[in-house]
Amino acid sequence: MEKLNGLRCRECGRHYQAAPLHVCEFCFGPLEVDYRYDALKGVVTRESIAAGPPSMWRYKELLPIDGDVAVGHHVGFTPLIRAQNLADELGCREIWVKNDSVCHPTWSFKDRVVAVAVTKAREFGFDTVACASTGNLANSVAAHAAEGRLKSYIFIPADLEQGKVLATLVYNPTLVAVHGTYDEVNRLCSEIADKYRWAFVNVNFRPYYSEGSKSYGFEIVEQLGWRTPGHIIVPCAGGSLITKIWKAIKELKTLGLIDGGLGTKMHAAQALGCGPIVTMIKNDTDVLVPVRPNTIAKSLAIGNPADGYYAYKVAKESGGSGEHATDEEIVEGMLLLARTEGIFTETAGGVTVAAAKKLIERGVIPRDESIVICITGNGLKTPDSLQDRLDAHVKIKPSLSAFDRALADLKSQTS
Amino acid sequence: MLTMARLRVRLTFPPALIQEPIVYRLVKDFDIVINIRRADVKADHGWIALELEGDERALERGVKWLKDKGVQVDPIERDVIVP
Repeated sequence: MEKLNGLRCRECGRHYQAAPLHVCEFCFGPLEVDYRYDALKGVVTRESIAAGPPSMWRYKELLPIDGDVAVGHHVGFTPLIRAQNLADELGCREIWVKNDSVCHPTWSFKDRVVAVAVTKAREFGFDTVACASTGNLANSVAAHAAEGRLKSYIFIPADLEQGKVLATLVYNPTLVAVHGTYDEVNRLCSEIADKYRWAFVNVNFRPYYSEGSKSYGFEIVEQLGWRTPGHIIVPCAGGSLITKIWKAIKELKTLGLIDGGLGTKMHAAQALGCGPIVTMIKNDTDVLVPVRPNTIAKSLAIGNPADGYYAYKVAKESGGSGEHATDEEIVEGMLLLARTEGIFTETAGGVTVAAAKKLIERGVIPRDESIVICITGNGLKTPDSLQDRLDAHVKIKPSLSAFDRALADLKSQTS
Repeated sequence: MLTMARLRVRLTFPPALIQEPIVYRLVKDFDIVINIRRADVKADHGWIALELEGDERALERGVKWLKDKGVQVDPIERDVIVP
């Protein structure tokens, strides 16, 4: 079955053959994978998906892969958890947490996009993959390259702390530390991606890479019993994830797999110290004003997001909204999710929980409608964000009497 | 000897620079050939996606001048470094 039309410019609509391209040669607009939905209708069914593997690859027909899956066979199909404790705390009827903090193998949703990019790189005959990343993306590219027996180059700013790169170095990539400002490293990597025949996952493979995020949206709908939730709150960095979840829902509708209307409002969550997309939504303007990131939510710290405009359009088109979270609210969000649901998320998850809470309290999200909160990364990777904010409650000498006294004190404090 | 080079960039202009002939100066003072592909310039903000072509050192100087003026210069992909 020929399922792909190739690539299509999101701005001028010009078509390109499927190739490692990412920018329209005419208008410099971003390219996107274009599917032949007429060929997929009736072939991709609820039953055919259910018969697939318990991973993101059960939606392989809706991903830009022609051949066999090369790496990341176990990525995705993460738990969608009914978060009743959190719902009770926030006075809501129905809250779900889509938990990619346990995504295999590197504990973030980046495994979804990288598994697609690396598989596609193998299809196109590349032997080297690369990325520029300070965190989750670097972990995932290095891990999947190792699995696929591909060479990998990971570019980082030279002043990045050693502790941040260990979880990448362990997979034995070539790590290139670049002396220079963030802007200089950014530009250098763009030039390297242009010059070398490497699969730079988020540059020349971006159209394929970003499609992996759709699986997050497919799973939400399938795990809800082929029902769309009333609201989805999505953390935004480059802005791609929110657009791809929305695209996923629309594709399922196009293929006749969802009953009724689209029915979901998409809400963007960003840190106050790096929130250009939410600012657009709040000001209802399609002008994105770049910012210098200043937030503890490092995994969302993109000051001039490439998909910012499209993310804004999704929030607007779906009838959704956006909300910022301060650093203090981010930590409170992390602690709230951990305390109520036993899930330790990274700061990006704290942003999403905090934004959801504020939107509910402001009445933007009604308390009696179904809500999905997107958790995209694991807190164990960046425990330093909680440094000096948590402490042991009780410190005692090693005697039973000391413990008895401490316990009595605790009970009197809580009663 | 001149080494010719090309750059695909996105320039973002803050409100204070909207009325200045920045692109004209880039061409005139640095001998850079420009080819604008897409742009959105409003009263208080604007961006231009364009290709710059010229001597490698002239491009470096031109980009530095833009940044010193307060223009944000990003590769056409923008967020190449991802957290």
